[in-house]
Amino acid sequence: MFDFSLFTNWIHSFLSSFMPEWLTITTECVLIGVALLLTYALLALFYIYFERKVCAAFQCRLGPNRVGPMGLLQSFADMFKMLIKELISLNHTDKFLFALAPYLVILASMLAFAVLPWGNGLQIIDFNIGIFFLIAVSSIGVLGILLAGWSSNNKFTLIGALRSGAQMVSYELSIGLSVLTMVCFAGSMNVGDIVNEQEHLWFIFSGHIPAIIAFIIYLIAGTAETNRGPFDLPEAESELTAGYHTEYSGIHFGFFYLAEYLNLFIVSGVATLLFFGGWMPLHFPGWDGFNAIMNYIPGIVWFIGKAIAISFIIIWFKWTFPRLRIDQMLALEWKYLLPINLFNLVLMVLIVVYGIHL
Amino acid sequence: MADIQEIIAKLFPQAVFEEGDILTVEIPDAQWHDLAKTLRDNAELSFDFLKTIVGMDWVEKLGCIYYLTSTKYNTNIAVKVTTEDRVNPAITSIADLWHIAGMYEREVYDFFGIVFLNNPDMRRLFLSIDWKGYPLRKDYDASPETNPVPDDNERQSDFTNVYTRDADGKIECHEERIFAENDFVVNIGPQHPATHGVLRFRTAVDGETIKKIDVYMGYIHRGIEKICENLTYPQTLHFMDRLDYFSAHPYHHCLCMTIEEAAGIQISRRAQVIRVMMDELSRIASHCLFIGTFCMDLGATTMLFYALRVREQILDIMDKTCGARMTFNYECIGGVMQDLAPDFADDVRALLEIIPKNLKEYDKLFTGNVITKNRMEGVGVLGREEAISWGVTGPSGRASGWACDVRKTTPYSIYPELDFEEVIRHEGDSMARFQVRMGEIEQSAKILAQLVDNIPEGEYCVKVPKVLKLPVGHWFRTVEGCRGTFGVYLESDGTVNPYRLKLVTPSLPAAAVVDTLTRGGKIADLITIGGSLDYIVPDIDR
Repeated sequence: MFDFSLFTNWIHSFLSSFMPEWLTITTECVLIGVALLLTYALLALFYIYFERKVCAAFQCRLGPNRVGPMGLLQSFADMFKMLIKELISLNHTDKFLFALAPYLVILASMLAFAVLPWGNGLQIIDFNIGIFFLIAVSSIGVLGILLAGWSSNNKFTLIGALRSGAQMVSYELSIGLSVLTMVCFAGSMNVGDIVNEQEHLWFIFSGHIPAIIAFIIYLIAGTAETNRGPFDLPEAESELTAGYHTEYSGIHFGFFYLAEYLNLFIVSGVATLLFFGGWMPLHFPGWDGFNAIMNYIPGIVWFIGKAIAISFIIIWFKWTFPRLRIDQMLALEWKYLLPINLFNLVLMVLIVVYGIHL
Repeated sequence: MADIQEIIAKLFPQAVFEEGDILTVEIPDAQWHDLAKTLRDNAELSFDFLKTIVGMDWVEKLGCIYYLTSTKYNTNIAVKVTTEDRVNPAITSIADLWHIAGMYEREVYDFFGIVFLNNPDMRRLFLSIDWKGYPLRKDYDASPETNPVPDDNERQSDFTNVYTRDADGKIECHEERIFAENDFVVNIGPQHPATHGVLRFRTAVDGETIKKIDVYMGYIHRGIEKICENLTYPQTLHFMDRLDYFSAHPYHHCLCMTIEEAAGIQISRRAQVIRVMMDELSRIASHCLFIGTFCMDLGATTMLFYALRVREQILDIMDKTCGARMTFNYECIGGVMQDLAPDFADDVRALLEIIPKNLKEYDKLFTGNVITKNRMEGVGVLGREEAISWGVTGPSGRASGWACDVRKTTPYSIYPELDFEEVIRHEGDSMARFQVRMGEIEQSAKILAQLVDNIPEGEYCVKVPKVLKLPVGHWFRTVEGCRGTFGVYLESDGTVNPYRLKLVTPSLPAAAVVDTLTRGGKIADLITIGGSLDYIVPDIDR
C-alpha cells in the first residue's frame, strides 16, 4: 500500500530545507489545521446531502434535486444561508456560556479527528494512547450540550440538556467497554498498531463472537452518543421542539448541526478502525489474488467508504425506528448493554488468553 | 320510556315531563343534583354517559339541557334545568358525577354566564380571561368597542374560582391554585409540533414525570355557534367542514340529516349511498393521517409518508367529485351538491385493492416493532367506566371496550343494511387506540366494497324550497364522525335562522381526558397519549 508518510516526510524535509525548525512546525500546524477544517466542512456538507438523499429514498421521495445537478449544491446553499443568518441575542441568558457552548461541541468533534487513520501514514497524530485520547475528547461534547441547555434559560432546553447528559454519560460506558474489548484483542491502544494488526483479516471476522457482540453494542451506543434516532431524545422535536439548541440561531446553530453529522462520521470511523480494519483493504488469508486486487484500491477510499457504509446503517436506524422514552433508554443501557458488555469483555479476554482466534 | 318516567315521577314529584322524540324532564335546580345522581346510579336507569350540556337562553330564562344516554339499555333522556335570574344565574354542578361535566359546564359558563356551584374549576373555557359579556346570550353586545382587540399579552392567572352557596343561599366565590406553589410548570403549546394545532398544555413536571396538566383551549375559537344564529340553514352547513377538517363529510351529513328531518325532506337513495360512501372514505383518510402523524410524534417519520400515500389517493377521488381536497362542501340539504365523477367507482375499486397491502406494510414497519410496543403498550390506560364518564367516544372509546359506535347504537341513513363489525379492544392503552383505527380502516373498506358496485340510479339532490323555514321545535342528532360521536342540537323558532345550534364534538372530551391519563407518566407519554387520542383543535374550539 502507498505510504503517505513518504509524502508528509517530503513536505517536512522540503520546509525545513529553508526554514528554521520552529517555523517549519508552525507552518505544518497551520497546513494541517487548514486541511482539517476543509475536510471537516466538506464532510459535513456531504453528510447533510447524503442523509437527505437516503432519508428521501426511504420515504419514497426524491430529496433535494433543484440546486445544482441532482441537488448537489443544496447543502452549500444551506450553509451560506446559515452563515448569513442573524445571531439572535436573547435576554436573560448567560451570554458567555451561551456563546461558548457551540464551540465546545465542535471542538470535541474536531479533536477526535486528530487520531482517525485516514490512510497509511495519513494521520494527524499517532501516539500510544490514541484510542484513549479519542474517548476522552469525544466526551467533552456533552459539556457543551449541558451548557447550551442551561444557559439558554428555557425549560425545554434544560430538559433536553439533562436528557442528553444522562444519555451520554450512560452510553459512554458501553462505548468504552466495547472499545476496551477490541483494544484487548488488538493488544494496543495505538491506532496505527490496531490497523496493522488487521492486515490479514479484519477484527470483525477474526474476533469470533465477542467482536460481533462488541460491534453491535458499539453501533447502538454510538447511535445514542451522537443523539440520533431512535435515541434523539435530547432534541426530540415532537416533545421538546429542538431540545438543547432551541434558542440558537445562525452559525451557532450551524455548529451544533455540523457537530451532529461529524460525530456520526467519527462514530463510524472508529467502528471502521476497530472492527473493519481502518484503511486496510479487505484481505482474506490464503486468497492472494483477491488480496492483491484489493490492494489497488487506495487506503483513503477504503476508510471513507467503510465509514460511510456504517453511517448508512445508522441513518437507516433513524428513519425506521420510533424514538425511545428516557426511562426505556436508560434501562436499555444499564440493564442490558452494560452486563452483556462486561460478560463480553471476559469472553474476549479468555479468547485472547487461550489464543483461540484466527 | 314509560318506565323511566314512572321511576323518576315517583322519586321526584316536582319533575315536569315533556314527550318529544326523547323523554325530556324539567326539574328545579334544588333537586337537580339528586336527580342526576339517581339517573346515574339507579340500576334500572343507569344513564352513565353525559352526551353534552346545551346552554340555552330563552330570553325569559337561562338554562341547560343535559343529554344523557344509558350505555347499558341504549336509552336516552334529556333534562332541562333553568333559572330566571339573569344577573347571577347559578345551577348546581354535576362535575362530581360525570368527569366531563366539569368541562361542559365551563363552556356553558363561558357562553352564558351561568355559574355552576361546587364545580372545582369555574373558569372560562374558550374566551380570554378578560372577555366582557357572555356571547351566546341573546342580549349580548357584539360591538367591537366592548371587546377591542388587545394590544398587550393576554392576562394569565394561576388561580381558578370555586363558587359555593352558603347557608343563607348567597353565592360565594373563592380562589384556588391550579398548581402547587413551587411546581416547575412547562408550557407545551399553543405553538408546539405535538399538540396538533393551537392547543396548550401547562404541564407541571417533576423531572421527566408529569404531575398535572392544565389544558387551555380556545386559541382557534371562532364562535361558529354564534355565527350560525345569524345565518340561514343552508349557510350554516358551510361551517361544518371547519370543525374537524378531516371528517367534513360526516359532520355535513349530521347537520343535513337534522335539518332534513326537521323540515320533513326525504332524500333519494342515491344521495344516501353517496353520503355513506363519502363518510367511509373520509374515515379511511382520517385514520391514515392519524397513523402517519401519530408515528411521527413517536419519532418514526417515515411512516407518515407511507400512510399519506393512501390518503393522497382518497383526496384525489374527493377532488374529482367534490372539487376540493379539504373542507369539502359536498353534502347539502336534500342530497349532495353534484353527481359523482364518472370514474368514481373505478377509483374506489383501485383504492380498495391497495388498502389491505398497505395495512400489512404498516404492521410490518411499525406495529411489530419492539420500540413501538414499549412506547405504546400500557401507556395511558383508560378504563371502560372512565371512558364513559369522560365521554371519550369514537375509536378511543372503543379501544377501552366501550361499544359506542353510533352507526350501531342508533343507526342512521343506510347503515342498518350494511354488514360491518364494530372494532372493539379492551386494553384501553395507546396501542389499543392505534389498533382500533387500523381495524376501522379495514371495516370502512368493507362497507365501501359493498356499496361501490351498487350505487343506485336516481337524482342526487331533491328539490328543496329556496327559503327554508323549520317548524318550531328542537332536534338532537348524532353521527359517527371519524373521531367519535358528533352531535347537532338544533332549536328553531320558526324563522329562517336557527335559534340555537349547538355542536357536540368528540375532540373536546379527548383533550379533557389528557390530564387524567398522563399523570405519573413521562413527558414522552404525553405525546403518545395526545397523539393516540387524536383530537383536532378546531373541533375542540369551534
